[in-house]
Amino acid sequence: MTCSEFLKELTDYLDNQMDAQTKAELEDHLQWCHNCYVVCNTTKMTIEIYRDSHLYELPEDLRGRLRSAIMSKCQCHKAEKNKA
Amino acid sequence: MGTIQPKVDDRAGDEISLVHAAKAGDMGAFEELVRRYDRNVFRIAQHITQNREDAEDVVQDAFLKAYQNLPRFQEQSKFYTWLVRIAVNEALMRLRRRRPERMVSLDEDIKTDEDSMPREVADWAPNPEQLYDQGELKEILSKTIQGLPPSFRTVFVLRDVEGLSTEETADALDLSIPAVKSRLLRARLQLRERLSKYFKNRTGGDGKQ
Repeated sequence: MTCSEFLKELTDYLDNQMDAQTKAELEDHLQWCHNCYVVCNTTKMTIEIYRDSHLYELPEDLRGRLRSAIMSKCQCHKAEKNKA
Repeated sequence: MGTIQPKVDDRAGDEISLVHAAKAGDMGAFEELVRRYDRNVFRIAQHITQNREDAEDVVQDAFLKAYQNLPRFQEQSKFYTWLVRIAVNEALMRLRRRRPERMVSLDEDIKTDEDSMPREVADWAPNPEQLYDQGELKEILSKTIQGLPPSFRTVFVLRDVEGLSTEETADALDLSIPAVKSRLLRARLQLRERLSKYFKNRTGGDGKQ
């Protein structure tokens, strides 16, 4: 397996969406190719760091205001629909 | 090397009964759906629009549209996937309004100047959390993802941040599964490449730029 072939399969490998034989071939490549090992490891870290980062959390006070606004718009829509 | 463990979705269980109750006119049930997914919709919207006010508007408009169109929801997908589809469309619309000079589409298979072949192959050590405090780290992550084309960061946020499956992401974005996989691979590799500038191992240095 070449490094390009490895890269093409990287997403399916990290998501564990592949058959056992392809997975074994990729892991064999990782045994001896340091560059692919590093790329694979740091890509996995990239995903984990974004997943665990709590980036763009919705603050509770804003959350409450948005929910009130949403529900009041929905009530208006319901009332208009009932009138029609 | 381990694989990424998917997020466990423990919310699907009674979602359908809430949807049925909301369809029958129970406002409390719809409010529960808002409570359940408002954080996710806000996060997705801010990732796509990169603008706080737009993200707030997207949350309101997406839930209102979902409410108005609830009678037409066929339940062929999960309510959440359907809601995400509405939210992504609203977010892209706002992005187009803000950047009319740039074409914003999920369909185009963008060829970026930055190809996906890795150039930076230094390992990350120590762990990025040890190198930067929470605030600095969030700023780096936010700045880095902003640099990706909207179609890449949308796929990345749905798959890797929100934990949708490839099929659900394809459904929500109206893309084919190979298109989702191709964008996801390139998004992951480009983010990795850009983050490596901050996180790579610098023997003898203090690790910061």
